[in-house]
Amino acid sequence: MENNFDVIVIGGGPAGLTAGIYLSRAKMKTLILNEGTAGGQMILTHEIANYPGVESTSGYKLANIMKNQAKNFGCVVKSNVRITNLELGGEIKSAEINGKDTFTAPAVILATGGRSRPLNVPGEDKFKGRGISYCATCDGDFFQDKKIIVVGGGNSALEEAVSLTKYASSVTVVHQFDNFQAFPHAVDIAAGNPKINFIMESKIIEFIGDERLERVLIQNQKTKEITQMEIDGVFIFIGYIPNTEPFAGKLELNKWNEIVTNESLETSVSGVFAAGDSIQKKYRQITTAVADGTVAALSAIEYVNKLKEASLLSNAEN
Amino acid sequence: MLNTNLKHITSEEEFKKVLNENENVMVCCGRMGPMCVPVYGVMEELEGEYKNVAFRDMEFDAPVAHAIRSLPECRNFAGLPFTVYFKNGNVVKATSSIQSMEQVTEILEGEFLQKVAAQK
Ligand SMILES: Cc1cc2nc3c(=O)[nH]c(=O)nc-3n(C[C@H](O)[C@H](O)[C@H](O)COP(=O)(O)OP(=O)(O)OC[C@H]3O[C@@H](n4cnc5c(N)ncnc54)[C@H](O)[C@@H]3O)c2cc1C
Repeated sequence: MENNFDVIVIGGGPAGLTAGIYLSRAKMKTLILNEGTAGGQMILTHEIANYPGVESTSGYKLANIMKNQAKNFGCVVKSNVRITNLELGGEIKSAEINGKDTFTAPAVILATGGRSRPLNVPGEDKFKGRGISYCATCDGDFFQDKKIIVVGGGNSALEEAVSLTKYASSVTVVHQFDNFQAFPHAVDIAAGNPKINFIMESKIIEFIGDERLERVLIQNQKTKEITQMEIDGVFIFIGYIPNTEPFAGKLELNKWNEIVTNESLETSVSGVFAAGDSIQKKYRQITTAVADGTVAALSAIEYVNKLKEASLLSNAEN
Repeated sequence: MLNTNLKHITSEEEFKKVLNENENVMVCCGRMGPMCVPVYGVMEELEGEYKNVAFRDMEFDAPVAHAIRSLPECRNFAGLPFTVYFKNGNVVKATSSIQSMEQVTEILEGEFLQKVAAQK
């Protein structure tokens, strides 16, 4: 395959796929490199009811439509690849995948989105799928009449705690602070549910079990006292982190590691644009990601066309 | 039926046939949820690369899924999907919940030994 492109898009969620649609439709040779399955966080969503023009659909379907739209305009989409080297400085940027193939382009759009934040405590990896879950709709029914914990204090944690009471005999919300980040009405609904109780100012510090999760160690953040609790399952909803680790030191990130951009979604590095959940912004939705993808693509098109014009001019002058 | 591009196993007969006719089989038993779809995506991607492995999916709520759900290797599983790897009809590995491309590849390379590249 020809390895030189006009624009390389890193990340194939709604922001990256939208950029792919706009770029390829404008006849830019475009490559999307995506670490996971195309669609990003959209495929984590069972039902999307707030994407204008589509009454209600699954994230998987919407992701596939976006991917096919981009492909039909000629965009090359490579999913489940690992970027092993990324050079963003200089006029020509390059991305090496899986330690083998290298692709180049004068412009890059970073659209790597975000992911659920893990607790990062001992036993978490071992018991994933064996008592620890990050998805209530997926795994709730494995915990029929069982005792479970929900970790977190935001809207997702409290809403999912309530939804899990359909299955579990009891739901204990473990939260590290003495107050919730969730909206007051979400707190009221959870507090009013007889199956839900709360352990505040506390953190799980270890998951313990043999073949599956059996208990957790919980530490009170104030007294430092550690208690053990027998438990069948733990659901973790403690927010999201931007997938920007590969860009650290290469361009400006803010203190939350989000990419800093201007209004045209240019980053601090010339020829590098960014879009979607990984950038510094307030609202993270599919619609906002799609809007960012559009703006980043149009800015990249302008950038590449200027470079092409400049090189035509200098060729004509020589 | 699952809305994927993989071949589906929908009956006990099909399940037995796949195990009888293929030395290496990977079956992902799940729903169309956020933990399952990425694994189907990985399998769709790898299907073109590993021609010595039969990649199949199976609907978790269909009667045939009993064949996977009742396996001793899945006894302690509490996260979708249940992904099971068979060699000569025997379970060699089983995982619960979402798996990355790297995790699946490591199992394929480890359990099914040689990778036979598919003809393009
Ligand atoms: C459970 C859940 C439900 C949601 N429900 C809704 C909803 O109903 N409506 C709504 O509008 N929004 C919803 N959202 C939010 C919405 O999904 C996100 O705002 C949106 O997907 C962000 O798009 P994105 O393209 O910026 O990033 P993402 O969707 O995160 O996509 C980023 C992509 O980049 C890839 N990637 C990451 N790192 C790299 C790398 N180093 N190299 C290559 N690729 C990489 C990832 O694999 C991923 O495919 C929901 C989110 C979640 C988690």
